[in-house]
Amino acid sequence: MSKPGEARVEEKLYQNRYVVDGGRSHIRVAAHDKPSANLLAMTTLCPAGCYTLTEAGQVEVAPDGCFECGACRVMCEPGGEVEWNYPRGGYGVLFKFG
Amino acid sequence: MVEKFDCIVVGAGMSGNAAAYVLAKRGLSVLQLERGEYSGSKNVQGAIMYADMLEAIIPDFREDAPLERHLIEQRFWMMNGSAHTGMHYRSDAFNEAKPNRYTILRSQFDKWFSRKVREAGALVLTETTALELIFDAYGACVGVRTDREGGIVHADVVVLAEGVNGLLGSRAGLRAPPKADHVALAVKEMHFLPAETIEARFNVKGDEGVVVEAVGTISGGMTGMGFVYTNKECLSVGIGCLVSDFARSGETPHGLLEAFKAHPSIKPLIEGSEVKEYAAHLIPEGGYKAVPQLCGDGWVVVGDAAQLNNAIHREGSNLAMTSGRFAAEAIFQIKSRREKMTKDNLARYPKALHDSFVMKDLRKYRDMPALLHTNSRNFFLTYPELVAKAMENFLRVDGTPKRETEAKIFSAFRKARGFTGLFGDAFKLARAWR
Repeated sequence: MSKPGEARVEEKLYQNRYVVDGGRSHIRVAAHDKPSANLLAMTTLCPAGCYTLTEAGQVEVAPDGCFECGACRVMCEPGGEVEWNYPRGGYGVLFKFG
Repeated sequence: MVEKFDCIVVGAGMSGNAAAYVLAKRGLSVLQLERGEYSGSKNVQGAIMYADMLEAIIPDFREDAPLERHLIEQRFWMMNGSAHTGMHYRSDAFNEAKPNRYTILRSQFDKWFSRKVREAGALVLTETTALELIFDAYGACVGVRTDREGGIVHADVVVLAEGVNGLLGSRAGLRAPPKADHVALAVKEMHFLPAETIEARFNVKGDEGVVVEAVGTISGGMTGMGFVYTNKECLSVGIGCLVSDFARSGETPHGLLEAFKAHPSIKPLIEGSEVKEYAAHLIPEGGYKAVPQLCGDGWVVVGDAAQLNNAIHREGSNLAMTSGRFAAEAIFQIKSRREKMTKDNLARYPKALHDSFVMKDLRKYRDMPALLHTNSRNFFLTYPELVAKAMENFLRVDGTPKRETEAKIFSAFRKARGFTGLFGDAFKLARAWR
């Protein structure tokens, strides 16, 4: 499922500063057989490319590169596909320029 | 640890810093919560800062605020795949003693603003995420629970300057969470170049700066805008579109940004630059009709959390600062009369907002979001293509008599949208602008 843009977004993230809260994900995707349209949309919409579609057809999140922008919460919290919180204080992205 | 303050400010962006500063200056005890390592570490903006609204809070800010360039030129571009049609305004009058608009880097600016807040006497607690609001049995907000150990703090009033996502307020049911067609997702890169290169490429000198704001086929038919802002030694290059449009189109934000950067009108401006950061943020775009209830017993909401953003004029931080100041002034008045922080008393704040440019401007454009968001393909794809074609026909000299060229341009517009569509769009646009 990799598109030409996807490799590049990972390269973009190398420029950024993060303090990753190991083992504590501030975003969780609810278990599902088939992703909803909104959850599936996150595989293209997420600006940090945190959402991917697995071979088995489910959507996974790996929020290490997350900007905490909230786009996935806007899309997927109302339907319960995603549980979304801010990282603990001091963790997550740290913008140098913003 | 149960501590009590006059006021808790949640968030240290433009609205939170403005509120905390004014409250502390007026002698109230203020606790400000910021989840980032330092104020500004979670904040993203283009960014243009409007001096007038900051001057109302810190009159001598120019003495030490980290400002990048004062803006002397604005370029509005309408783009198709290979061209842009521009409307530019450049004036030496903008080279004034106290310039009106500056570019800033939010992380640095917010650090400065936060220092002012602390100097004014507020207690700023960073690396502290506010988890939920605490209410008493009567439904009045009395404090905030944080992720610090035993981290409950009480206050007479909580200023929710929590940003566009507004988790605390929406989870407490004070307002609805943002909707996908009421927020834009913007992505931005910081492109570093020597100051001389920026000055040569944009035809400026010293601290002069230029803004390029572009709409057109760059957003692929989505409601959106691309921009290039000149800072001292870097360019902020970004593009944003409605979240609902992104979801519908399947376009990736970074793909759109790459295409914008590769456009022949943009590419030479950023050639050879070193990218040092890639960021994304949501922008409130719902306008007047999306502004929620602004106060209640024991709380007020300010800035992006209250959807206070003028998408047409691309103004947000000034509305944020002004709302923070008004909220703080209202709280100070109530406090100095020894009255309670009830919804009725706090209504001084929304009243001040409604009497100011903030709500007057938002109200002026109240029909704009619906118009642009539902007709995005016409306004962001069809018309930009037509305008580019018309300009090309107008300028290309190939022996075709001018009357024929004009007829061709006219018929292209008619064919694309029909008479009814053209007049309808013009009418609707004029009405929404009025």
